[in-house]
Amino acid sequence: MLRKNDTPGKLIIVEGIDGSGKSTQIDLLYKWLRAQGHSVYFSEWNSSALVKSTTKRAKKRKSFTPTTFSLLQCTDFADRWENRILPLLKAGVIVLADRYAYTAFGRDVARGVDRVWVRNLYSFAMQPDVALFFRVPLDIAIQRITSARASLKYYEAGMDLKLSESRIESFELFQARILDEYDRMVDEFGLTVIDGTLTVQAQQRLMREIVKQELKGWKGLPIPEGTPEILRQPEHE
Amino acid sequence: MSELQFYGAGFPYLNIQDCPGKLIVLEGSDGVGRSTQTQLLRRWLEDEGYAVSDTGLRRSDLTQEGLEEAKKGHTLGRITMSLFYATDFADRLENQIIPALQAGFVVLSDRYFYSIMARDVARGADPEWARKLYGFALKPDLVLYLKADVSDLLSRLIHGRGLNYWEAGMDMHSSDNLYDSFLDYQSKLTGLFDQMAQTYGFVTVDAGRPIMDVFGDLQEHIRTLLEDQQTDLEDEMT
Repeated sequence: MLRKNDTPGKLIIVEGIDGSGKSTQIDLLYKWLRAQGHSVYFSEWNSSALVKSTTKRAKKRKSFTPTTFSLLQCTDFADRWENRILPLLKAGVIVLADRYAYTAFGRDVARGVDRVWVRNLYSFAMQPDVALFFRVPLDIAIQRITSARASLKYYEAGMDLKLSESRIESFELFQARILDEYDRMVDEFGLTVIDGTLTVQAQQRLMREIVKQELKGWKGLPIPEGTPEILRQPEHE
Repeated sequence: MSELQFYGAGFPYLNIQDCPGKLIVLEGSDGVGRSTQTQLLRRWLEDEGYAVSDTGLRRSDLTQEGLEEAKKGHTLGRITMSLFYATDFADRLENQIIPALQAGFVVLSDRYFYSIMARDVARGADPEWARKLYGFALKPDLVLYLKADVSDLLSRLIHGRGLNYWEAGMDMHSSDNLYDSFLDYQSKLTGLFDQMAQTYGFVTVDAGRPIMDVFGDLQEHIRTLLEDQQTDLEDEMT
């Protein structure tokens, strides 16, 4: 378990394997919350500029090991946590995250690092107020990914695990392991499961309902009067 | 070390059968003479016929550029910095140190994760978190802790390469000048090293003496370690 969110802000995150539809859903939620007049900040997994050059180099050279992969992604998360997520939560902003520590608990363990070790790594982070796990059966996720993309990348397909020579097959085996880890985490971290096979609209309705409940009676950081729509995202770039 | 031992879970996905090399670590503050001693030891061990790797000296290729950039910008948070250094260390350990040990080298490591941990804890990191973080680290065969008074370190550095921003912990803003900051920071680090010497079983060597005297002590400890191995090998053969 992670420590409780003791800030005035709200932390809402989505999780799921590739092709679960979670990014579509959080994007819709982001737009909806902004339209409601909230201060919302969106943070994406593996997006800190700081470690970008390092990640790029290691991917190109294929020099990542499961441990350095795990540590570098946590460095990325820590940078976003210390410089953006935590300060904005303290200010009373709604922070949305596409993937959170649970992604590391799933992927890194699927790669072979120790379960307890990786949980300690992320112990500086807080338990989200809303954590949604978009669950889809493996074959549907794989179908969505392979039809949307020309080819799978080396690490994305889990080729470093040497499970199979074929990228598709490797991807399937890798995602199956991750899905197992997610299923374990539902109870461990109290993730709310959303059926990712429902229509986009049906899922969004469920999501908004859950978020509405969470925000009932809550007042966040007000947006200064007269701020143009385009500037309403805190720390927009 | 024929069988590798780790402080925690290690690298569960690695299956290392035979590891005939030896990992010897030199630890201690800045200006204590670690790199001079490493050079002397290397030459001596090679004369004795050992294959020596001082691979631990270099930064890993993986994170070098990112770390340099980060240091320039000073924008890194405390936890981010700890994790970036841990990534660098893990890369060196897995991609350089362990392969060298597997190939039967004596690996001389100028510093190990103990230094990084001390640096983090001095800046407020949770010691328990840091200890578990380095659960992937390999237990060295021997850790030689070169210990000197902070006043000795100061006089050596002032008559040598001078005081620098990071060695003085100026980023912690405990003082407005390098001298006081250095005293403050290095005293803190020495305290942490002394604690770790207990926890991790360092061999403490008084580094406040002439270079060759310190070298003599280090040689003796290393000779004992390598002779034990020799005896083991001979036992196996008879």
